[in-house]
Amino acid sequence: MKRTDFTLKPSLIAMLAAATLLTACGDDNDDDTAVVVTPPAPVMQTFAVTVTNLTANQPMSPVILASHASDAMLWNTGEMASEALEKLAEGGDTADIAALSVIESSINGTGLLMPGMSETLTLTLDEADVASISLATMLVNTNDAFTGINSYTIAGMEVDATTAMKIMAYDAGTEANSEAKGTMPGPADGGEGFNASRDDVDFVHIHPGVISMYDGLADSVLGASHRFDNPVLAVTIMRTE
Amino acid sequence: MKHTLVTASLMAAGLFSLPTFAADIEVSVTNLTHGNHFTPLLIAAHDADSHLFQVGTQASAALQKMAEGGDIADLDAAVTGNAGVTSANPAMGLLAAGANVSDVMLDTGDNTHLSIVAMVLPTNDAFMGVDGWEIPTEAGTYTMYVNAYDAGTEANDEIINGGGMSGVPGIPAAPSGDGGVNGTGVMDNSDNSNIHTHPGVLGDMDPAGGMSDLDSRVHRWLNPVAKVVVTVK
Repeated sequence: MKRTDFTLKPSLIAMLAAATLLTACGDDNDDDTAVVVTPPAPVMQTFAVTVTNLTANQPMSPVILASHASDAMLWNTGEMASEALEKLAEGGDTADIAALSVIESSINGTGLLMPGMSETLTLTLDEADVASISLATMLVNTNDAFTGINSYTIAGMEVDATTAMKIMAYDAGTEANSEAKGTMPGPADGGEGFNASRDDVDFVHIHPGVISMYDGLADSVLGASHRFDNPVLAVTIMRTE
Repeated sequence: MKHTLVTASLMAAGLFSLPTFAADIEVSVTNLTHGNHFTPLLIAAHDADSHLFQVGTQASAALQKMAEGGDIADLDAAVTGNAGVTSANPAMGLLAAGANVSDVMLDTGDNTHLSIVAMVLPTNDAFMGVDGWEIPTEAGTYTMYVNAYDAGTEANDEIINGGGMSGVPGIPAAPSGDGGVNGTGVMDNSDNSNIHTHPGVLGDMDPAGGMSDLDSRVHRWLNPVAKVVVTVK
């Protein structure tokens, strides 16, 4: 019985407090004057991001272009890759990156970005949300090579302003670069994409390049044309409106 | 007359140069390679005319010592002897792949340019290098990506034999113990004895023989090999 009393008391206090709050609210409403506020029309900014695959024979998985706050990073060199980045780097899957809580909005390329080809992605953002963008894509004839831009600030870009950059290939460090049959999802192999096990150095770094079967890696299914050197991707960012 | 003129020009130079003087900078270096170490780093602030190295020219004896054996003492002495300031070996030893050294503070004094070098190990004479980067006068954070150069002083035979002294062929060591033995040696037919962009190492998959004592799956790299972030206070 005593125990029940003890549990009742706090809840009674809570109910009384709630009643007091409600009363207070009611008083406030009586004093309010009806004001119709028209929210200002959102001012939009549009950015055209053009990517070009600079490799000889490394198709790139459909690009993800994402906008986010300036302190968000998709990866940090020398540190472990997130699982979302691992899925992108090993299998070209962008769903987990798009679902990251730090990502405000994202769009995808229409398909594989083939060697030598370009694609323009258009991102329209509310002016209030314009901060930084990131972009990522896998080099599909590799175990876990990827490239992209990592938290580039677009705030303050004028209309018609253009920024061009050339970017290197990174190694997610999550899958050994065996180049072996069945381990790479691209057309050179048709093998496995993401695998949750991590059997490499487990930090993001600059990719050392592929060796290929013609340069001493006995089990490699890759040939000379699958090798690459930096830079592997050209990116142009233009604010169009 | 002459005395007056000299004094006047010195004063003028002092006035115009004042805004660029006495920057406090903070430097961080990240090793971006897959499986190579950096030997002790030398981070040096110096005047516009000084260089630790210049591509397309012959390496100094001091640079050769660094590139072949990781010894930065002579380069450090050359900089400090010429009114430069340095941070020698801020990582307190080797900087492993993926590792970084940060918060390296340098009061640059009157020095306007920044250079950074360290040997890439295991190699014969590869080094990562920043040559005379003009330190911005505007406060802010500046990021640069750094390439690996070949000192041009030693053939890239890829034999690990303890050879770290200048002029002694071979590679001093593979710090992670991932090198091989009994390689027959890579034939380096390069005639370029000036400092140049390193062609990279070959390596092989045979730890007990083959051409190279390096492992092609571990020790290869593509540029850039390092990320340097400089914060100007």
